[in-house]
Amino acid sequence: MSQRSTTTARPVALPNIPALPEERHLASTSRPDPIAHLSTEDIEQIGRELDAMRDEVLSTRGARDAAYVRRIIRTQRILEMSSRTVLLASRYWPAWVVGTAGLSASKILENMELGHNTLHGQWDWMRDPKIHSTTWQWDMASPPAQWQRSHNAGHHKYTNIIGLDEDLGYGLIRVDPNQPWKLSHVFGPVLNMFNAALFQYGIAAYDLDIEGYQNGKRDKKAFRADLSALLTRVRKNATRDYVLYPLLSGPSALPTLAANATANLVRNLWAHSVIFCGHFPSGIQTFEADSIDDETRGEWYVRQMLGSGNISGSPLLHLMTGNLSFQIEHHLFPDLPSNRYSELAPRVQELMERYGLTYVTGPLPKQVASAWAKIFRYSLPNADGEETRVKQLRDALADQLRGIGDKVRERAGARTPSLGALTA
Amino acid sequence: MTPLVPADYLDIFDPLRAGADLRARVLSVTPETGGATTITLRPGRSWRGHRPGQYIRIGVDVDGVRRWRAYSLTQRTASADGTLSITVRTLPGGLVSNHVREGLAVGSMVMLDQAAGDFVQPATVPDKVLFVTAGSGITPVIGMLRNHDFPDAVLVHSAPTAADMLFHDELAALQAEGRLHLVTRFTSEEGILPAERIGDVVPDWQQREAWVCGPVGLLDDAEAHWESAGLAELLHTERFRPVVAATGEGGLVTFTRTDLVIDTAGDRPLLDSGEDAGVLMPSGCRMGICFNCVSPLTSGSVRDLRTGELTTAEPEDPVMVQTCVSAAAGPCSIDL
Repeated sequence: MSQRSTTTARPVALPNIPALPEERHLASTSRPDPIAHLSTEDIEQIGRELDAMRDEVLSTRGARDAAYVRRIIRTQRILEMSSRTVLLASRYWPAWVVGTAGLSASKILENMELGHNTLHGQWDWMRDPKIHSTTWQWDMASPPAQWQRSHNAGHHKYTNIIGLDEDLGYGLIRVDPNQPWKLSHVFGPVLNMFNAALFQYGIAAYDLDIEGYQNGKRDKKAFRADLSALLTRVRKNATRDYVLYPLLSGPSALPTLAANATANLVRNLWAHSVIFCGHFPSGIQTFEADSIDDETRGEWYVRQMLGSGNISGSPLLHLMTGNLSFQIEHHLFPDLPSNRYSELAPRVQELMERYGLTYVTGPLPKQVASAWAKIFRYSLPNADGEETRVKQLRDALADQLRGIGDKVRERAGARTPSLGALTA
Repeated sequence: MTPLVPADYLDIFDPLRAGADLRARVLSVTPETGGATTITLRPGRSWRGHRPGQYIRIGVDVDGVRRWRAYSLTQRTASADGTLSITVRTLPGGLVSNHVREGLAVGSMVMLDQAAGDFVQPATVPDKVLFVTAGSGITPVIGMLRNHDFPDAVLVHSAPTAADMLFHDELAALQAEGRLHLVTRFTSEEGILPAERIGDVVPDWQQREAWVCGPVGLLDDAEAHWESAGLAELLHTERFRPVVAATGEGGLVTFTRTDLVIDTAGDRPLLDSGEDAGVLMPSGCRMGICFNCVSPLTSGSVRDLRTGELTTAEPEDPVMVQTCVSAAAGPCSIDL
């Protein structure tokens, strides 16, 4: 089948990778090296086994999967409609509670199981123009095309490579000891709390690549077009949630507005937690930048497996995480239908254990706590022999203050002549 | 409003409402003699009607994948219930034709396009007509026979055997009523009737306005024969496949919006290659007539499979090409 050539051409998969390397490039930042015990041949064998799993799913992909996604779409639409209808009477508190819970759940489904996965192209094979990565719209600030660029082409390609995968802390938060520390990282935990509450806007700003615009790497015109597309969406979504539906609710306007804001907040907090569990809990590996040079298919797979972590739980939990609770399987096969990840999981786990690799997984509270622990820990510099954390922090603070002092003096100095000129 | 428009919700409750994307509900699935299946459909309220002889395209989900095919409409237009019917010949290995026979559930929905095609009768039916059909080429003609009263109609129909012949009883009944002069030719015994021998079975063929539908070879021969007799204006043909006269060189096709590169063969339309790779390709008649499939070629060259003509585009000068009759001629990019 031509499926292989089409799938390898996707940005999320591997472009032009040679069969076997001269030497291994995949380099974990951890010591001891978690893959030291694997030979080059082992790694390529892992690649072949995973390719076989993938082919198996592709050859059985069909009506059952199509029926699954259509059922989820229908469920989400009906849940959203009925929740919004109930909220028309939101000044009665039971209606508020039921409607808000339903709307939150519907926004989560829409965002994760439907939006994220459809925009990955997981359902493109159905050839249904309504369920396709090029036409799907989601209830998020970030325009699908912008998100696809940063998420599919950036994060899924460079997964957990220090300096290349911007998802490692989104350029603001330090999440790994191998990221160089700077003083602003002490605000990481606070920033992350804001990020969690406003996650859809955080994602949108991140997809916009503001830094690329500032340092001139991004075309200014393209940036402005992206920004305007983003603002249009923000305006429309806000109009719907904060103007239109409240107005329709008449005397229940304010409770409906509060309900919609709550649902957006719940969705943001939930999505943020799930996504942080994907790459930040302890046990998940990061990699050195040259890992990607001439990376083989086997090495790519191993990096995806070691660079991701799962969440264990019930089928309902998996559904509500958009099956991102199977982050390892998702990173191995980003474009396979999400309903298949749970079927692949035991086989992937068995394979990893057989090759002595750690399959990182745990219940949601444990993984969330572990991710937050990292964010707190790495907001401070690494302890390094003589250079204790406290000493480094003090030095950095002193540097910063000196810098500010210099600037103040400079300004004052610059102003003096003009003052002099005035008085003269 | 983003992300959903009211239609996304309304479609759940009333997929056949006016203004919705055109769909149809399957009302019945009936096996026919001769390895064919007749299905009747209730079209959505956006359906604009048809003229006998025209075809529709239906989009059927076969094992989860939407496949579009064109079939001639055969129902009586006068029937008050407004349902459509098509007869699908079951092809060996045919994805859609076998699914229609075995997997299409009564009550399920299919996607639909408005009727198309100019293989129809003029406003007033001619005094003398000739139909030449072979195999499932009978379907547009049965649509005409069911809806028009022809004062003098001859049908020359070829089928492999009597058992394989579609609408056998109905045609025999028309013959018995004197509404049709039927000439059957069973090709497994008698071989194919060459178009230039039509005069052997219909001596006055030159006085008849003719409608010919069947395999490509029959159509090509008929066109040549009528042309050489100077009667080309009396001939109407219906093609369901383009005439492939040339092949491209093949090559890597980049679908720029989908962000996908595929290797394509030189004799395969870009439309088929793109669809197989999951690209959302606009499509229509699939034979180079309707122009529904035109898409921007932004770089490289494609070859028209019918004429061999080469079309080349530059990023600053994109060209709209018909993907259903064009194959890659070297690396090229389509903005889809």
